[in-house]
Amino acid sequence: MCATCGCGADEVRIEGSAPPLHRHADATEHAHLHDGPHTHDATIHEHDHAHDRAPRHAHACGLDATRRVQVERDILSKNDEYARSNRALFADRGIFAVNLVSSPGSGKTSLLVKTIEALRERLVVSVIEGDQQTSVDAERIRATGAPAIQVNTGKGCHLDAHMVGHAAERLALARPGVLMIENVGNLVCPAAFDLGEAHKVVVLSVTEGEDKPLKYPDMFAASDLMLLNKVDLLPYVSFDVARCLENARRVNPRIRVIPVSATTGEGLPDWIAWIEDGARHARDAMDETVARLRREIERLRAELAARGA
Amino acid sequence: MSLAEGVLQIVEGSARREGFGAVRVVRLEIGELAGVEIDALRFCFDVVARGGMADGARLEIERTPGGAWCRRCAKMVPVAARLDPCPDCGTHQLQVCAGTEMRVRDLEVT
Repeated sequence: MCATCGCGADEVRIEGSAPPLHRHADATEHAHLHDGPHTHDATIHEHDHAHDRAPRHAHACGLDATRRVQVERDILSKNDEYARSNRALFADRGIFAVNLVSSPGSGKTSLLVKTIEALRERLVVSVIEGDQQTSVDAERIRATGAPAIQVNTGKGCHLDAHMVGHAAERLALARPGVLMIENVGNLVCPAAFDLGEAHKVVVLSVTEGEDKPLKYPDMFAASDLMLLNKVDLLPYVSFDVARCLENARRVNPRIRVIPVSATTGEGLPDWIAWIEDGARHARDAMDETVARLRREIERLRAELAARGA
Repeated sequence: MSLAEGVLQIVEGSARREGFGAVRVVRLEIGELAGVEIDALRFCFDVVARGGMADGARLEIERTPGGAWCRRCAKMVPVAARLDPCPDCGTHQLQVCAGTEMRVRDLEVT
């Protein structure tokens, strides 16, 4: 959680653009993007700037005017609403979205480059890159020819669904296709933030240590797939694969594991097959929705024609 | 920090709907398996609330106990941490299904 690391949500930049700061009446400032089309659900994108509202009821008679207001809302409900709208956008376009999470240096970007190269002929892969600073990773992805956009979170330690929604708008996502969201390297906070993805995939490299699933259980519990990366280095490091898998399953009995090496290509066919399977499901679901809507339109047309006749 | 800001957003949203001016108490429900450092949350909330309607508001935090479905025993069992084994069969075939809540319950306002 961010309550543990004290990161802030300010200073967010999407690919070099500095969003204008809004100054509220209470002198707090927050950055927000307002250029470009904004297709988020209007009900969740309110900008009421009256943060300095004075008390409405001034009781002069000395009575305690304290009252209780029922709220019953999840603390991350705002993020979850944006995640829902992202998920709906991805479903409408038949996009298979994956949220890649790991600690820094696990090899996510190298793995992504290899993945894009392997899929190039068959699927359009778009990428959202999350890092605190620099657009180095997005440039690496763009060098493969894939569309990529960089989100710099500034002091923030994770991507949230709102940033991803804006980045997705700018990407002009191919339909159908695959969206890879490379989260900020961090095994803690990203576990709590739904981005609207179909799956969280955690990347763990054999240079890190087989106890990571026990040290950061929330992330391994939230992920559906673990990619055990850099397996080409196993002869040179003391990493107990069996122990690592045991630890991961202790935290999440359902987690699937694919050992891979971005360097040698080992295991990549299994990972690619997993993506293609997900992409096929996303496309089929979209086709089904389109077919259902077509039938509905036909039915309504027939109904109208019958009324007219 | 994001969580503290989330709490504050919910408080401010309620203020707009309900028309109150100041908050005295914010009651939260935080599950024991939610992975939240309570002390850090209190500290961050004090920081983000400063100068606003919730400045000085007290956080009252109710911890809800963790619970998981044991696939081996086919029943709900209590767990205090993510890595705990099933208290009955000792295996880790557990699916956590309670204790991850992070909710704002209610507010005391003036």
